[in-house]
Amino acid sequence: MPDTVFHVRKVSKVYRMGEVEVHALRNVDLELFPGEFVVLLGPSGSGKSTLLNILGGLDVPTSGEVFYLDHNLTAAGPAELTRYRREHVGFVFQFYNLIPSLTAYENTALVTEIAENPLDPRECLRLVGLEERLNHFPAQMSGGEQQRVAIARAIAKRPEVLLCDEPTGALDYPTGKLVLEVLERVNRELGTITVIITHNVVIAEMADRVIRISSGEIIDIHKNEKKTAPSEMTW
Amino acid sequence: MTALNKKLLRDLWRMRGQLITVALVVACGIATYVTMRGSYESIAKAQREYYAKYRFADVFASLKRAPNSLEVSIRAIPGVSSVQTRIVVEVTLDVPGLQEPALGRILSIPERGSPALNDLCLRRGRSIEPGRRDEVLVSEAFANANHLDAGATIGAVINGRWEPLRIVGIALSPEYVYEIRGAEVFPDNRRFGVFWMSREALAPAFNMEGGFNDLSVSLSPGGSEAEVISRLDNLLEPYGGLGAYGRADQVSNRFLSDEIVQDRITGIFIPAIFLAVAAFLIHVVLSRLVHTQRTAIGLLKAFGFSDMSVGLHYLGFALAAVVLGALLGVPLGIWLGRGLSRVYQDFFRFPELRFAPTLNMIVSAVAISGGAACFGALSALRSVAALPPAEAMRPEAPARFRPGFAERLGFQRFVSLSARMILRNIERRPWKAMLSILGLAFAGAILIVGFYFYDAIEYLVRVEFQRAAREDVGITFNEPQESSARYSVEKLPGVLRSEPFRVVAARLRFEHRSHRVGIQGLSEERDLRRIVDQNLRVIDLPPEGIVLSTSLAQILGVSPGDTLTVEVLEGQRPVRPVVVTGTVEDLIGTSAYMDIHALNRLMREGETISGAFLEVDSLVAARLYSFLKRTPAVSGVNVREAMLQSFRDTVAQSLGISTGALIAFACVIAFGIVYNGALIALSERAHELASLRVLGFTRTEIGWMLLGEQAILAGVSIPLGFLLGYGICALLVYAMQSELYRMPLIVTTRTYAFACITVTLASVISGLLIAQKLRKLDLVAVLKARE
Repeated sequence: MPDTVFHVRKVSKVYRMGEVEVHALRNVDLELFPGEFVVLLGPSGSGKSTLLNILGGLDVPTSGEVFYLDHNLTAAGPAELTRYRREHVGFVFQFYNLIPSLTAYENTALVTEIAENPLDPRECLRLVGLEERLNHFPAQMSGGEQQRVAIARAIAKRPEVLLCDEPTGALDYPTGKLVLEVLERVNRELGTITVIITHNVVIAEMADRVIRISSGEIIDIHKNEKKTAPSEMTW
Repeated sequence: MTALNKKLLRDLWRMRGQLITVALVVACGIATYVTMRGSYESIAKAQREYYAKYRFADVFASLKRAPNSLEVSIRAIPGVSSVQTRIVVEVTLDVPGLQEPALGRILSIPERGSPALNDLCLRRGRSIEPGRRDEVLVSEAFANANHLDAGATIGAVINGRWEPLRIVGIALSPEYVYEIRGAEVFPDNRRFGVFWMSREALAPAFNMEGGFNDLSVSLSPGGSEAEVISRLDNLLEPYGGLGAYGRADQVSNRFLSDEIVQDRITGIFIPAIFLAVAAFLIHVVLSRLVHTQRTAIGLLKAFGFSDMSVGLHYLGFALAAVVLGALLGVPLGIWLGRGLSRVYQDFFRFPELRFAPTLNMIVSAVAISGGAACFGALSALRSVAALPPAEAMRPEAPARFRPGFAERLGFQRFVSLSARMILRNIERRPWKAMLSILGLAFAGAILIVGFYFYDAIEYLVRVEFQRAAREDVGITFNEPQESSARYSVEKLPGVLRSEPFRVVAARLRFEHRSHRVGIQGLSEERDLRRIVDQNLRVIDLPPEGIVLSTSLAQILGVSPGDTLTVEVLEGQRPVRPVVVTGTVEDLIGTSAYMDIHALNRLMREGETISGAFLEVDSLVAARLYSFLKRTPAVSGVNVREAMLQSFRDTVAQSLGISTGALIAFACVIAFGIVYNGALIALSERAHELASLRVLGFTRTEIGWMLLGEQAILAGVSIPLGFLLGYGICALLVYAMQSELYRMPLIVTTRTYAFACITVTLASVISGLLIAQKLRKLDLVAVLKARE
């Protein structure tokens, strides 16, 4: 068994929405290993986003512990969590969230300004197939292109983990496939742990492991014996 | 309450920070309008009523001495309605508690009844009683400054004798609303006062029995002032007439009228700046509100609300700012107006000067602000009306950006990415950026104008009190003396040296233009008293010819080399051609200078002097003063240090309130612009900034990205504000220049620094308030939400 990168132990998360308590996660145990490609599958409100936020240092659990290597994320303050995100985590959002006033190249380069050992932004954009679109602003690109810029931006700092929240949710079928191919390639070539949230079961076929969540609990962890390439998937 | 109104109230509550900053700017606009317009109206009304009720004369004249019988001829001049002859003398006073001698001007009044013109308003005590020769009334300004009241006694040198004067009443006169002596600019009420005495008492003391040396005339309806003046001059010439003049040249009226005109100008100009800034702020805030509520607008329209009712709903924000601004601005304006009235009361003495803003004026203040607000709201409302419901409910296309100007020139390598974001945000909306800069520049300019007055006054002091007038004491004889009198003066206790001078009343004439002045003959030493121009250069006085103030040269239309005619109004009244040998750009009055010997030659008199400037040993000054107080030959004593002190006190008092208000108002503008600019930037870019936080940027880093834009705008505005401030000062100098004084256009580094620091501080504070809001950015929501 390879070394564990993330160690999630008995994590629960309770939100207070007005008078009501919402149990987003209940006693979740999970481990993530170097270089693996994980898909978190579950319906809306199942708690998968909450889990992703906790892994990404955006949120802290109500109880339980989360370790990234030997960092205890549960005990970290806001400044430490910022540093954790800055040094180790790459995020890809459903709606890309690029900076509209910066070009593709600059959006990518922005992150390299705060990273210790970044990749060349040009190299990242080449990796996502956008070497021809370096000087385009977000408003001049399609949704798929914007999402690929977002991926380039996320990997530019050479993160240990890439967290993607519905990365194809706003894209049409061919574009979505293109984005998944890029994610697969990044995972393969850079060895970044990649966690993707989706409710599209087909995407699960490209994962090393598929984690199903329902009502705040992990109900199944399934290991794919054979991964399917995104180009061969249809939905 | 309709649902739409409930929504408006809740929106207003949610946007209370913006609402308050906009309302504050509106309040400043309304307050300055109410204060300045109200002061203007109050003073103009007080002047009108005072002049009418107390029969302020239309034409004035002084002369050497004329028999009372001449009054019949004066009355017969066509256009003359009534005439009041009188005796006016100046005497040295010994005021209890005042070391140096003061100057009193005593005016005769009829022993019984009230004067036909320039009637007195008795404030305290009683009128003089017939037969009581030692009773006087004294002007309120002098009485208050010296803590004198009815019953007090004051010493005066009358007819060469030391006489006690018993004050029985305190009075005001429309002739002395602004009570200054001679050619001064600011009142010195401790050392100059006006007294009224019965003609029967005054005439024998000054050899004026059966005669008069001063008169006032009122015009009948349709009477021509110029005609009356010309005939009066002809009539009075044989009696040593010094030239008649109308209200426009009457010193007190002139200062008062100048002040009223200035109030009218500033009462339009300053509020206009605030209302323009308020309109701009309403424009940006409302445009943003409409932008963020696109979907709601579409929904309302889809439900069937008309463009009009949706538009009015959003206009509600602008109108709420006006209502709040009015609720704050009107009382603030009245309060400031009352304060200003109290300051005015110390300069301008009216029987009643009440700051009474009319309902009309307040309504127009609110209406004008309402108009400005609607103007500001216009473009936002137009976009509300133009938005089709279906489109409104679709998300908006992402903002379009392009490389900035500097980048197109290839400079982007030198600019960091976060700086590029800031620059492109500015370039995307150049008008908004320019208006923000302009607004902030106005804030800086207002500060500079506020402090400019201190600079100008300090400079004036340097020119007038330190470079030009360097004597300790100036004395004036009651009659011209032989020049040997100078040596008697030098023997007085404490006098170290003296410099004689001659002053001669004359009319200068060139072509059809003429002007009355006192020609000053200065001695060849010219060390204690020099001629200094506004650049602090000492001007040389040639042995022949006359040197004029530039302003006087302009009035007469002469330039150096021209020959003008000097008509002397005293002594043998010689009329001579004199060459203008130079002009001097000075700050106070309209002066004419000659070498004392040249002036003596022009007068066809021997070596004659009117007085002397003295250097005095300060240790024995007290002895000199008490000696001068009892010297009949000396009618006037000026102590430079005391004049300077009184000048500074007066200035501090009058500038304090207006400068304080200007500083506060400028801060409100700077704060309002930066706060709203940053808050709108935050609302536009919250999503972007939250994404950056998720990517690992710290709060400080995104804080800079957000506030950098405001910092650049403020930074650019500061030098522009300097220029604008200097320009407004230049405009003020131009608008306020008069024969009486000219403001030097001097803005010191200290003033620039202070304006810069104040604008920066106001910007930093509002920036910090916005930075606080960055703590509340919802990072998690960003992952899910579409902008």
